[in-house]
Order: sequence, then structure tokens, then C-alpha cells
Amino acid sequence: MEKPLQNEQGQGADCPKETVIRARDLDLVFQTNDGPVHALKDITLDIDRGDFVSFIGPSGCGKTTFLRVIAALEEPTGGEITVNDLTPDEARRLRAYGYVFQAAGLYPWRTIAGNVKLPLEIIGFTREEQEERVKKVLELVDLEGFERKYPWQLSGGMQQRASIARALAFDAEILLMDEPFGALDEIVRDHLNEQLLKLWARTNKTICFVTHSIPEAVYLSTHIVVMSPRPGRIHEVIQNPLPRERPLEIRDTPEFLEVAHRVREGLKAGHGYDG
Amino acid sequence: MAMTGDWMREKVLPVLTVVAAIFALWYAAAIWMNSSWTLAQAERAGKTLTFTEIVKDTMSQSRPKLPVPHQIAAEIWKSTVKMKLTSKRSLIFHGWITLRATLAGFALGTAIGILMAIAIVYSRTMELSLMPWAVISQTIPIVALAPMIVVVLPKIGIEGRLIPKAIISAYLCYFPVLVGMVKGLRAPHREQLDLMKTYNASGLQSFLKLRLPSSVPYLFTSLKIGIAAALVGAIVGELPTGAVRGLGARILIGDQFGNPMQIWAALTCAAILAGVLIMIVGLLQRITLKRMGMAE
Repeated sequence: MEKPLQNEQGQGADCPKETVIRARDLDLVFQTNDGPVHALKDITLDIDRGDFVSFIGPSGCGKTTFLRVIAALEEPTGGEITVNDLTPDEARRLRAYGYVFQAAGLYPWRTIAGNVKLPLEIIGFTREEQEERVKKVLELVDLEGFERKYPWQLSGGMQQRASIARALAFDAEILLMDEPFGALDEIVRDHLNEQLLKLWARTNKTICFVTHSIPEAVYLSTHIVVMSPRPGRIHEVIQNPLPRERPLEIRDTPEFLEVAHRVREGLKAGHGYDG
Repeated sequence: MAMTGDWMREKVLPVLTVVAAIFALWYAAAIWMNSSWTLAQAERAGKTLTFTEIVKDTMSQSRPKLPVPHQIAAEIWKSTVKMKLTSKRSLIFHGWITLRATLAGFALGTAIGILMAIAIVYSRTMELSLMPWAVISQTIPIVALAPMIVVVLPKIGIEGRLIPKAIISAYLCYFPVLVGMVKGLRAPHREQLDLMKTYNASGLQSFLKLRLPSSVPYLFTSLKIGIAAALVGAIVGELPTGAVRGLGARILIGDQFGNPMQIWAALTCAAILAGVLIMIVGLLQRITLKRMGMAE
């Protein structure tokens, strides 16, 4: 297994496809006090290197659960899944992914720089390398100058950017994001979406992004996975025909609205609006 | 200046009012409780006293039922500032004896509380087997246990009074620390623990970088209760064990020789000591949390 390295050279769409995450007939049944809950059923999906894949669907459709299975935070009860051709747990041990939770979850007793350093300390980078990487990723999320601030001194949007920087700090090639902007207001969210696209273009990461928002999914992704609930399954995977270069204004174009319409229809057909 | 004026009006004045009310009640109670002795004395002497004379006498008896604050203050002044430190009647000397046992017991109790909390948080077996005993330990009256500790320890080769008192003190003080630390070490929520897992952090790393810092605010809250409990433990450790030194011993001796002034002076010193100790812990809490960036 090659150690995940910084991927500066852009891998355009014309590079040969390389499947990073491969799921086959994935099943996950939770045993709860109210009986078994079928959280995921027959999930089959390939995610290629450099893809930006959004998972959209109503609550209970299993989108977060699927993300947690990729991260080895949840054990599937059936089917197969590989991450970088390894089991998710092996991939986790090699720190193949960075995970961004819905809440920024910064440690209140650490400064912003200290929070970004957390994974670096755990992995065991040298002190100089830690400083260097903190500087680099804080620049990447536009937070230079805030190194010595504490989380409570920052706005919600800035905190979430710091938590993204934390996930980027150790150069994992996969970024798993669970509704990272869900708790933010729309203006901040627009801004962060735009920044995230730029960051993705610069780093060429593979991003899995869970969201409730149709415009967000359409604006960000190369692929939109529409999921439906009870049991959680994939209703449809929509290839996004929009170009990779996307200014915010693209959301007013007919092409954008067309994709958004298809997502909405998909959700409707998958009973996404029943829940 | 307007700020100081407001501060005086809003903070100091109400507090002073309440304190003044307490003192007024105290004096009233003292007059009422001590006057029977005054009147009995007067009757025996065949004298009738005016109200002023009665009031005056109730505040200057040598063995009153309830001494008044200025009498206690005078007694404390006499047995601290006016007394040589080495004197057997110096309250500073006795206070130091008690303080020493308190601090030793506090250190011991805090260490035991923290270690037990770690064991309980990390092991279900420990939780099931230790926690009930910890709870039961607090239901046993310490007064019943203290003499046994004092009797048993010399048998296993531990001499002197400091260690038995420290153990009794630790026995009272470990429990709040244990409860607070269990809560504190469990304070990180699922996402925070998951995050550590995504970094493939070791158990020790999760403990040092997440659970331990999370528990600090809880720890300090417990330490404030713990230090007060430790002082109570040290005093109780002096009561039923025939000690002749320490604030507890002063209270006991004062009681045996019918010297209420001595009891009240020792009691007041213990209260002041407790207040100071809690203030010191509070100060440490403020400094620590500020340095951790968790207080504004």
C-alpha cells in the first residue's frame, strides 16, 4: 500500500479511471430495541479517484450510514466494500480519509492551529512538519492569521473551515463530509461551497459529500447519488453534465436547473418526499 | 466613578445588608439565650436589672450559651495574633496541624478518585464492582469508622496521627472527585470519539488528548467540594480519637471543659480555613481554564 501523498498534479477527466471506493450489494441491519432496522440495502456503487460524489435523500435513507461504513465507523452486515482495494478498516488504519462531521467539533481547549495539529500529533509528524502543514492548510481554507484564536472566537462558518483544514492536514486522498454546512445559513453556505470547489480543484481529492440540499448537491458534485428510505438504498446515480469550472452564477443557468429538476424527480420517485 | 457607584449599589450593598441581618439575628438570639442565666444570677443576688444591664451582661459572660460575634473575634485575636506560634493554645498552631492532614488527605483522595474514575470509565467490570462500594462507603458514618482507622493503623506499623487523619480525610474527599471525573471522562460525545478513531489514535492518545482535557472543568468543580470534605474529614479524624492537637481537638477539649468560646473560635477558624481553601481551588480553576482557552 502506497502511503497517501500530496497530489499536486491535477488528474483531469481524461486520466484513466481508478476506482477508489467499490461497494457491492452492501447491506447493513441495525439491531435496535424496536427490532431490526434495515439501514442499507443492496448498495452497489463505484467512486473513482477525483470524483465529487454527493449523497442526497431524506432522513433515514442511509446516506450518513454509508459514509460511516466507508470510514469503518460502522460494520456492514452483508455485501462487500473496498477502499483503495483494502477493507475500510485497513484503509482507516492507514489514514486513507479525512472525515468532516456535521458539527465542527473543534476542541475548545486548543487554538485553531492546535486543532489542525491534532491529527498530525497523533500520526507523529515532526514539529517542523506540523507547523508547515498547519500553515499550508489554513491558507487553503482562508484562515491564515487565525492560528492563535480559540474556536469560540470564530464564527460557525470559520469553525467549519477549520475542521475541513484539520481533515486535510494529513493528506488523505479521500475526504468524507457529513453535511458539513448543514447548520450554517445560506449566505455562508454559498461562500463555503464555492471555496470547497476551489479546494477540490487544487487538491484533486476524492470527495464524498452528504447533504440535504438539492442546489448544494448539483453545484458541487460530479455525481449525485439519490437515495430513498426504508430500507436505505440507491434510487439513481445522476451524472452531472455541468463543467468542472463553476462560478456561483451557474446556478441560474437552464442546465443547472435541469439537473436540479432531475434530482427532485428522482427523490419524488424514490418516495423521498414521503418521509 | 459611576461604575463604582453601581457596583456598590448592586453588589456590595445587598450582601452587606444580608450579613448585617444575620449579625442582628445572632445578637438577638444571644441576648435571648444568655439572659436566663443573667436573670437567675440577679435574682440570687436580690437585684433587679434594667434592660441595658441585661443586654450588657449577656454579651460579656465567660461561659455563655451562645457567644456573640465580637466575643468570638476577641477570642480568635487572643489565640492567634497575641499568642506565640509554638503555644499549645495558639489556633494558628492547631490550624496548621489540621491543615496538614487536610492537604495530605486531599492529595490522597484526589489521586484515588481520579484513578478509580479512570478504571470505571475504561472497564465495565470495574464500574459494576467498584461503583456500588464507592456509594456504600459514603453511607457509613465517618464518626463510626474513624476510631477503627486510628486503632488499626499503628498495628500495621503506621505511627503518628497525621496518616490516620489523612486517610479519614481522603475517605470523605475521594467520592466527589470520583463522581466528577467519571462524568468528565465521559463528557466527549460520539462524534469526538469517532474523530479519534478516524485518525487511528491509540487508547492512550484518545485519553490524553481528548478525555483528560475534557474532564478538567468537571475535575475542578469536584475539587472544590473535595477540599471542603477533606477539611471536615481531618476535623472529624481529631474528634473521637483522643487527639490533643488540631482544630477538632480544640473543639472537643472546649466541649469537655465547658468552654464555649474556645469551641466557637476553633469552629470559626475551621470555617475561615475552608473558605480560603475553596477560594484557592477556585483561583487555580480560573487560571487553568483561562490558560486552556476555555474561559473568557
